[in-house]
Amino acid sequence: MSAANPGARHFPLLVGMGALSAFFAGIEILVRIDVINRFIVPMPSQVIASFERVIVEEDVVARFWLTFQEAFIAGAMIAIVGISLGILLYRVEILRRATETWVAAMASAPTVLIYPLFLVIFGRSMWTIVMMGFVAGLPPVILKTIEGLAGTRRVLIEVGRSFNLTARQIFTKIMLPSALPTIFVGVRLGLIFTLINVVGVEFLINFGGLGQLINDLAERYDLAGTYASIAFVILVSVFFFVVTEWVEKCLVPER
Amino acid sequence: MAIAPEPAGRPDTAPAAQAPLLVVEDIVKRFATPDGELIAVDHVSFDVKPGEFVGVIGPSGCGKSTLFNIIGGLLDDYEGTVRVAGERVRGPHPAIGMIFQEESTFPWRSVIDNVAFPLEIAGMGRRERHERARHFVKLVGLDGFERRYPAQLSGGMRQRVSMARTLASEPKILLMDEPFASLDEQTRLLLGDKVLQIQQQLAQTTLLITHNITEAVQLADRILVMTYRPGRIKRVVDIALPRPRSSQIVSSEAFGRHVAQIWSDLREEASLGLQDEDSAYGRERRA
Repeated sequence: MSAANPGARHFPLLVGMGALSAFFAGIEILVRIDVINRFIVPMPSQVIASFERVIVEEDVVARFWLTFQEAFIAGAMIAIVGISLGILLYRVEILRRATETWVAAMASAPTVLIYPLFLVIFGRSMWTIVMMGFVAGLPPVILKTIEGLAGTRRVLIEVGRSFNLTARQIFTKIMLPSALPTIFVGVRLGLIFTLINVVGVEFLINFGGLGQLINDLAERYDLAGTYASIAFVILVSVFFFVVTEWVEKCLVPER
Repeated sequence: MAIAPEPAGRPDTAPAAQAPLLVVEDIVKRFATPDGELIAVDHVSFDVKPGEFVGVIGPSGCGKSTLFNIIGGLLDDYEGTVRVAGERVRGPHPAIGMIFQEESTFPWRSVIDNVAFPLEIAGMGRRERHERARHFVKLVGLDGFERRYPAQLSGGMRQRVSMARTLASEPKILLMDEPFASLDEQTRLLLGDKVLQIQQQLAQTTLLITHNITEAVQLADRILVMTYRPGRIKRVVDIALPRPRSSQIVSSEAFGRHVAQIWSDLREEASLGLQDEDSAYGRERRA
C-alpha cells in the first residue's frame, strides 16, 4: 500500500498534526471570545510567543538537560532493576507469592508523597529526584516482566525441551524473547511514572530542572511561560518514547 | 487391504525384515485426578521400521497426545520402555524430532532463523547454519520467504516452518502430533502431499498422531487404531495404497474402503468418548 501511495505513510502524522492545530485554534477562539477564562488558560498564540523568552531568559537548555539526565538515570535504573527483579520474582515462586500483591499496590500508590523521607536520605540533590522517579516507575516494570515470562506459550517451551535445551537456554532463547513485548509495555509505563515524578519532585523541592521552572513561572503568574515550560517536559517525554520505540524495534522484530 | 484385529500386547504383525528403529513396549501412563486414577495409555506396544510411516489414530481423549509426549521424552513417570535404535529414551532424544499440533514457530525469529534454531543450539556458525537451513526451507517449499516473520505467513506456511525446523535437526524419527489440525481441509490435503514428498525424499521414518482418518490413510503405511480411554491399540491396519502417493488418492475406491473400515472401528470409540463427555457435563451441571 505504501509503495503504491507514498503519501499514505505520512497521512496519520498529518492527521495528528492537523487535529492538534485544530484543538489549539479552538482554544484560541474560546479564550478570545471569553468562553474560557484567559486568567486560567492562556491563548496558544501567547504560549508560542513566550517560547523565545523562556529559552533566552530562563536558561531552559540547562534545565532541560538536568531533567533529561534525571529521567534518563531513573529510566535506566527501572529498566535494569525492574527487569532483573521481575525475573527473580518469576523464578522464585515463594518470593513472588509473598511480594506480588505489595508490588501491585505500590504501582497505584502516590509515592510522590514520601519525598520528605527521600530528602532526609539523599539530601536536596539530584539523587532525591532520581530515586523518587525510580521508585515510582519500578512496579510496572516488575509486574509486566513477571506477566511476560508467565505468558510464554507452553508449546514454545516444549519445542525447546524437544531440542534438548538446558533450563538456561530455554530461558534465554525462548522465554525472554517471548516476554519482551510485554516487558516493553512495562518499561513504557514505568517511564511515564518516572517522568511525572521527576518533574513533580523538581517542582516540590525547588531543586532545578523544568519542574522548578514551571513552579517559578506559575508563582510569577506567567501563564504563557508556564505552558511553554510544560511543552518542554512533553518534549522530554517524546524523546523517551521515541528512544524506547527504537530500542523495541531493534530487539523485537515484527510479530 | 490387510486388516487384522489385534489382541492386547504387541500388535505389530509386519514381517521383521528390518530391525525396528522405534520400539514402544508396554507403555502404561496413569494420571491422578480428583475422581481417582485415570489410565490414559494402557499397555501400548508397537514398533516402527526405518523409512516407515506409521499413523496412530483414535478419538479425542484416547491418550494419543500423552503417547506423543512419552515417545518424545517430554513425559516421564510412566511404565514401559521406548527405544530408538536400541537405545532407551529417558527424556528428549536427539534422534526424535517433534512437530506439535499447536502453532510453534518463534514469532521473534525470521523463517531462516526459526529453521536454523536447532543448528544454533548445536553451536554451528551463522553462515553454515543459514546455508543448511536454506536447504530445509526449500525442501518445505518456502524459498523466497527466508526473511519473513511468522506473523507475515499463513497458518499452513508456519506449520511448514515448524516442520523445516524439526527436519533441520536431522532426526532419525519424525514425530508429529496432529500437525495440520488447525488448518482447513484443502490446505491439509496439500500439506499432506508435501509431507509425502519430503518423507519419500529423505526416507524419513515418521510417526503421525492424528484423529483425522483421511489424513492418516493418505499418509501412512500402517495405522494403529486406538480405543477410547484407557487408550489401547484396538487394531492395526496396513494401508495397501501404492507409493508415491498424492492427495489425488483420496478419490480412489481403495482409499474409501480404508476410510470406511477405520471409521467403523473408530465410531464405537468416538461414541464412548461422546457419552463420557455428556455424562461429565451432566455431573458438572448437577454439582
